Amino acid sequence: MIKPVRISPSHTFGIKITLHLAALSLLFVTYYQAFTDQLGADPVKAILHFTGIGAFNLLLLSLLISPLAKYLRQGQLVTLRRPIGLYAFAYALCHFSSYLLFELQLEWSLLLSELLKRPYISVGFIALLILSILAATSTKSIQRHMGRTWQKTHNWVYVASLLIALHYIWSVKSELIQPIIYILVLLALLATRKAKFLKPIKSALNRRTKTAQSKKKLA
Amino acid sequence: MLIRTPKPSEIKENQVTDENVYHNRRQILKSMGFIGASALMVSPHAKAVNWFGDDETKTFKTRPLEFSQPPMYHSDDALTPEQKIISHNNFYEFGSGKSDPLANSQSFKVKPWTLSIDGLVEKPLTLNYDDLYKSFDLEERIYRLRCVEAWSMVVPWIGYSLANLIKKAQPLSAAKYVVFETLYDPKQMPGQRNRFTGGGIDYPYVEGLRLDEAMHPLTLMSVGLYGKTLPPQNGAPIRLVVPWKYGFKSIKSVVRIRLTDKKPKTTWEQLAASEYGFYANVNPQVDHPRWTQASERRITSGGLFTRNRIETQMFNGYPEVVSMYADMDLRKFY
Repeated sequence: MIKPVRISPSHTFGIKITLHLAALSLLFVTYYQAFTDQLGADPVKAILHFTGIGAFNLLLLSLLISPLAKYLRQGQLVTLRRPIGLYAFAYALCHFSSYLLFELQLEWSLLLSELLKRPYISVGFIALLILSILAATSTKSIQRHMGRTWQKTHNWVYVASLLIALHYIWSVKSELIQPIIYILVLLALLATRKAKFLKPIKSALNRRTKTAQSKKKLA
Repeated sequence: MLIRTPKPSEIKENQVTDENVYHNRRQILKSMGFIGASALMVSPHAKAVNWFGDDETKTFKTRPLEFSQPPMYHSDDALTPEQKIISHNNFYEFGSGKSDPLANSQSFKVKPWTLSIDGLVEKPLTLNYDDLYKSFDLEERIYRLRCVEAWSMVVPWIGYSLANLIKKAQPLSAAKYVVFETLYDPKQMPGQRNRFTGGGIDYPYVEGLRLDEAMHPLTLMSVGLYGKTLPPQNGAPIRLVVPWKYGFKSIKSVVRIRLTDKKPKTTWEQLAASEYGFYANVNPQVDHPRWTQASERRITSGGLFTRNRIETQMFNGYPEVVSMYADMDLRKFY
């Protein structure tokens, strides 16, 4: 019989190092290629696609951690969630900064009108704001300080992920297949959290039936 | 009679991977989303890296053309480098990514080719491959190309006015519109074989012009660029170029030009009529519903820091076409 592997802290340390190396080196190499005009004919579009898809990939990966840890019964894995989530935010920030710096080339009035007039850009920007709040409140000390509100705040990642999916599918011209695959993956990941989403509804229902019962008793 | 008993280990013919499938395996993977989903694992340039040996090594052979350089078609705009013009293409027949057409079209066959001009004409005619280059004098014309996606290039095309071709076929007085059709050949064009790679378009690709637009001297049938015949990704062997309209009007690899009395339903109009109209004149005052058309990024040489955002000009800076739209509401007829 195969003995189940235990993922020890030293394993997760190794995974974390690999993650840092992969995420950072890809970012540096790709930006270097773009700066030196080695990234296809339109380096601006290439960098926007790379950082955008990269952010979405990382976000999906971060959403995979908890269900995976639960399924494999490897609690250690959960410590990977924070760095992956932070890299998702970093890539998203690069995506937006590149849009502002290289696509719009610091035309602030154009940025403002595009943010207000183009729903797919507004939606992406709102997702970025949510991710920034999550990133800003990601340290252990803030987590302790916030107590129960911390989890509630960080549940907004689900809203952000849906907005990002919308931003993606809304941005393409007609090639919908890849965004649809991404959306299906996201929905599958959200489906593993069915119980979590249903809990507040259930408890609300329970409360109502309980109060109804107690009222009956009183009567 | 020789009866051959195959060894059990011998590969039977029906087990051999079809050559098309073999050559397109990366395309197939991509269409299934694998490459996209793993964009983090490989740099975006990995597509150009030759991992498996054979494919993407051969490049379509172009040949030099003889042409004149009429001064009226010269331009002071800096040319977009050839390497960029032939590697950044929208040609969904070969895949919907910008670098897909280059990667997937290099074995495209342009010889033999037949271009027919028919419909409401006195003398329908067909041009074979050699006729495409020999029927009229070739001219070099430097045109701005403005894509509806808000990027632009400056391209030294080689070709002749479409008017020459149409006049030769002698249009009937009933003819009001001209319809163009791209080759339909799913064997050669992976985008036509499956909707994953073809961007959801109903092929063949169809474009159209009003007859007066088609007869305008600026409207070009191009057979080459940068002094040579067109490579497949740019629409070999012959394509339309309408410089005052968004790029998608400039249909590639044309096999049929038909004159008609009805306005045709063009490909992008069928896909999203609210975003892509029949006229598609470059117009900085009418935005695409999802992005601005007031400015554009001019693709020249240089990396991320090149300041290349410029204002988009009405009719892409070709005022000689204004009179054709004198009494039209261009907000309505976008």
